[in-house]
Amino acid sequence: MFFQHLINGIIVGGIYAMVALGYSMVYGVLQIVNWAHADVLMFATFIGLILATKLNMPVLVMIILAAAFAAILGMSVERVAYRPIKSGNRKMAVLVSALGMSTFLQNLAQLIFGSTTRQFKAIESKTYMVGGLSISNLQILILVVTAIMLLILYILVYKTKVGVAMRACSVSVNNAKLMGINTNLIISGTFAIGAFMAGVAGILIGVYYSAVYPTMGYLLGMKAFAAAILGGIGSIMGSVLGGFIIGIIECLGAGYISPAYRDAFAFLVMIVILVIRPSGLMGAKRIDKV
Amino acid sequence: MSGILEVKNLSVSYGIVPALKEISFHVDEGETVALIGPNGAGKTTTMHTISGLLKPVGGEILYCGKNIVGTEAHRLVTDGISQVPEGRGIFPTLTVAENIDIGAFIRNDKEGIKKDKEWVYSLFPRLKERMKQISGTLSGGELQMLAMARALMANPKLLLLDEPSMGLAPVIVEDVFHIIRQINKEQHTTILLVEQNAQMALTAAKRAYIIEVGQIVREGLAKDLMRDDEIRKSYLGL
Repeated sequence: MFFQHLINGIIVGGIYAMVALGYSMVYGVLQIVNWAHADVLMFATFIGLILATKLNMPVLVMIILAAAFAAILGMSVERVAYRPIKSGNRKMAVLVSALGMSTFLQNLAQLIFGSTTRQFKAIESKTYMVGGLSISNLQILILVVTAIMLLILYILVYKTKVGVAMRACSVSVNNAKLMGINTNLIISGTFAIGAFMAGVAGILIGVYYSAVYPTMGYLLGMKAFAAAILGGIGSIMGSVLGGFIIGIIECLGAGYISPAYRDAFAFLVMIVILVIRPSGLMGAKRIDKV
Repeated sequence: MSGILEVKNLSVSYGIVPALKEISFHVDEGETVALIGPNGAGKTTTMHTISGLLKPVGGEILYCGKNIVGTEAHRLVTDGISQVPEGRGIFPTLTVAENIDIGAFIRNDKEGIKKDKEWVYSLFPRLKERMKQISGTLSGGELQMLAMARALMANPKLLLLDEPSMGLAPVIVEDVFHIIRQINKEQHTTILLVEQNAQMALTAAKRAYIIEVGQIVREGLAKDLMRDDEIRKSYLGL
């Protein structure tokens, strides 16, 4: 049974990792928490649902289009809710603005799509037995898509000029500007990439649990945020690691202890790790000079 | 010689607190000019306004005859203004070589970049030894050299140096200023230098301006200022 729980954990963990990366990258560049991130995810999932059910699009095309929509929505959130705030108690103002954006998107979704939970059947589910373990075609799809997304992100951040610019921005936006880097473009791009991955993750989880509803982002977002924090927010590797840890612990806890406390395990792990390592597993120790 | 940089009646405020009150100065092509003054005089503010990080409330900054007020900072780098910020502004998590590479971010001429890289490494041989090292582990002097090397990789027409002597041991300061003179002489790069260390600044610069609480109070040739009694007393401690 252990390996079965482990596989289930890796699958949901990959999804948490993709969502966590969006929180982490935005935090890395702007030192703000984008609370509307999970609601962008929810919106993209609804778009995916419409594309799949009303327009009968093939799964992969639907995922790409819905995630592209998420990217545009993510960039718009930054333009509307964060970029205009430049002075005063900026961090507090951005926090309030982020929470406002989150509530606005949830309510807008309820207005457009209604508040009932919709089923999401994008593909016919088939289950295979491999060496005593059961794995569905859906789970395989999730694993493959997650692996591809993480690989693309890794190449983008560590092997391209855009990635260098993103890493420079995460050290200091002003110093990045002095290198000739168009930081506004990089910030927009960071939101777009984070939202794109969240869009993909949202659809995968929506299809996995076959449930799409306007507040679906809340718990998923909270767990992904916990993953980002425990991995060390701002660290790309840390977020991925955090996502998998949360996913695996959650599935092991649900399997061996009780499924009723499934959601509590994620946060329990986060608390324990933060007590031992306050900056997260791979987070940089920042010393704020006074 | 033509004025590559002309600052006219520049005023900058932080909220309601004025930092610069209508200052004017100019830098000619190929010159090294120093802006000397105590802490809080507005030196860094002047630098940040020229490089586009701060927006002035009044006045003009003419660069190659064009008013650059309101131009975004990253575009000015492409136009040839490169700033070494106060405190160096090194990316500590990147290696020495990566920091140098990022200096050439705006350039696409592979050959030119390679040539300039060889040149900056010959200018700063210490950096070549430490290419693969994470920059956060460098000493203060090495960080200053890395910051200068990185700024030079953008192939600037105008190099802005903000307090290159800050926090360095006197013998390292000598080294840094030796290289500043060398850059100006070999590459004919125009340099605007901001310093509290008036003595070093006056030995490297041709002309200098003295700035106090947001206003320029004196200007002249470096060699004249060095002999001036008042300057000697307040800035050189002689």
